[in-house]
Amino acid sequence: MTSATLSRIRQNQIAHLIANGKRLDGRGLLDYRPINIEMGLIEKAEGSARVSLGKTEVMAGIKIEIGEPYPDRPNEGVLTTNAEFVPIASPEFEAGPPTEDSVELARVVDRGIRESKAIDLEKLCIIPGKKVFIVFIDIYVLNHDGNLIDASALAALAALKNTKIFKYEVKDGEVVIQPGFEELPLVNYPVAVTVADIGGKLVVDPWLEEEEVMNARLTISFDKDGKICAMQKGGSGALSPEKIIEAVKIAKDKSEELRRLVVKNA
Amino acid sequence: MSNVRLVDENGIRTDGRRLDELRPIRLEVGVLSNADGSAYIEQGKNKIIAAVYGPREVHPRHLALPDRALLRCRYHMAPFSVQERKSPAPTRREVELSKVIREALEPAIFLERFPRTSIDLFIEVLQADGGTRAAGVTVASLALADAGIPMRDLVVACAAGKADGYIILDLNDIEDKEGEADVPVAYMPSLNYVSLLQMDGQLTPKEFEQAFNLALEGCRKIYELQKQSLKAKYLAIKEAVEEAES
Repeated sequence: MTSATLSRIRQNQIAHLIANGKRLDGRGLLDYRPINIEMGLIEKAEGSARVSLGKTEVMAGIKIEIGEPYPDRPNEGVLTTNAEFVPIASPEFEAGPPTEDSVELARVVDRGIRESKAIDLEKLCIIPGKKVFIVFIDIYVLNHDGNLIDASALAALAALKNTKIFKYEVKDGEVVIQPGFEELPLVNYPVAVTVADIGGKLVVDPWLEEEEVMNARLTISFDKDGKICAMQKGGSGALSPEKIIEAVKIAKDKSEELRRLVVKNA
Repeated sequence: MSNVRLVDENGIRTDGRRLDELRPIRLEVGVLSNADGSAYIEQGKNKIIAAVYGPREVHPRHLALPDRALLRCRYHMAPFSVQERKSPAPTRREVELSKVIREALEPAIFLERFPRTSIDLFIEVLQADGGTRAAGVTVASLALADAGIPMRDLVVACAAGKADGYIILDLNDIEDKEGEADVPVAYMPSLNYVSLLQMDGQLTPKEFEQAFNLALEGCRKIYELQKQSLKAKYLAIKEAVEEAES
């Protein structure tokens, strides 16, 4: 997600400040930008949420449809995650087929949810081998100011938290939709924390200009029990093994803070 | 979780390996005559070939970078490489892997020596049996070296993970699919830097640290094989020359 729009002076200033334990926007190295979460603002979606992380804004919408299960998992619902970098979000984004960055974003968010078994997919089976619920998570980036992964993972979790599934009955092998809704069986709460290596120091929640300066980033997703459920290194630099272990420790503490914003009693 | 037993009571895995044992690895450098650099790897049943073209003129031209070479990477699986035919069109998985492999190799290459050029790297998985991204990095790094592209270190990759509660090295296909976690790592051993790190599954931070260190251990072993295979190419040339002269 790099662009050549940041002057060398600005780049050096950002890295230099961080090397001295400070950040351009006044945050501490291990502080997130202000986070705001709104849930359930799209009535036509089964679940939705809008998350802002400073100036970064991401919306997640959940749609639920009935479809066929995967042949190797006949008793499980299907989860699919997609991310759109719509051109309203940044001068760098263009309409068109998914980019490498949007594919990576969707897959990292998906991995956290899938590997933590956040959704009890077996409860989404309607007729084994024939009909199951398909949960579509669509991430919509509205304003890109850095750290899209954490914002998107949080938006996806918040959207899943308020997802309702329509009630149904099976009559002669056909699914008949009934009035009323049930909650989505959400049993785990994965949260992603991205740590960036800038100026030889680790910082959390890099914003756009910091992302352009960073050596590399490491995203670590934790489930509600403090287990790691997904990881992704990004950026064209490398990290020492010691830095990686340090990043895991930082991310674990931060993940608990973030989770409390979505799930009050987790 | 799974009904398949991956590790028996003696700590032996489905393919007869110990917990910390690599699959047999065969590496060969300089296997394609058209490419500027190429290499081939067999790691267990994985068979992967990598080719490098460049540094060369960038097409389309507007992608050229004023201060360094553009590294492009394509990880691709052959339709016949897996049990069920895979469509040759790139999947989302292949798009992501192409990106993380490129980012694993970028820090090793002196890209700034070749401004306004591209280095194009192609990784073709001919047969897949788990751990293809790691084997892909290992073989791609050899192809880059074979192309004579100056590098800070060779990049070597290996995965570790967890199966039946044990931390294991170099997961094969069934361990990857049925096991509890997979941690692929790319490493530059002489510089002590990690340039690719991913994880899926579930691990406590402590288990992660064990798996991560085991993967680094595996990387160091494969690194020795990488160096041997590079030397082997030139030893073969030297012997051929000596024979011609005698």
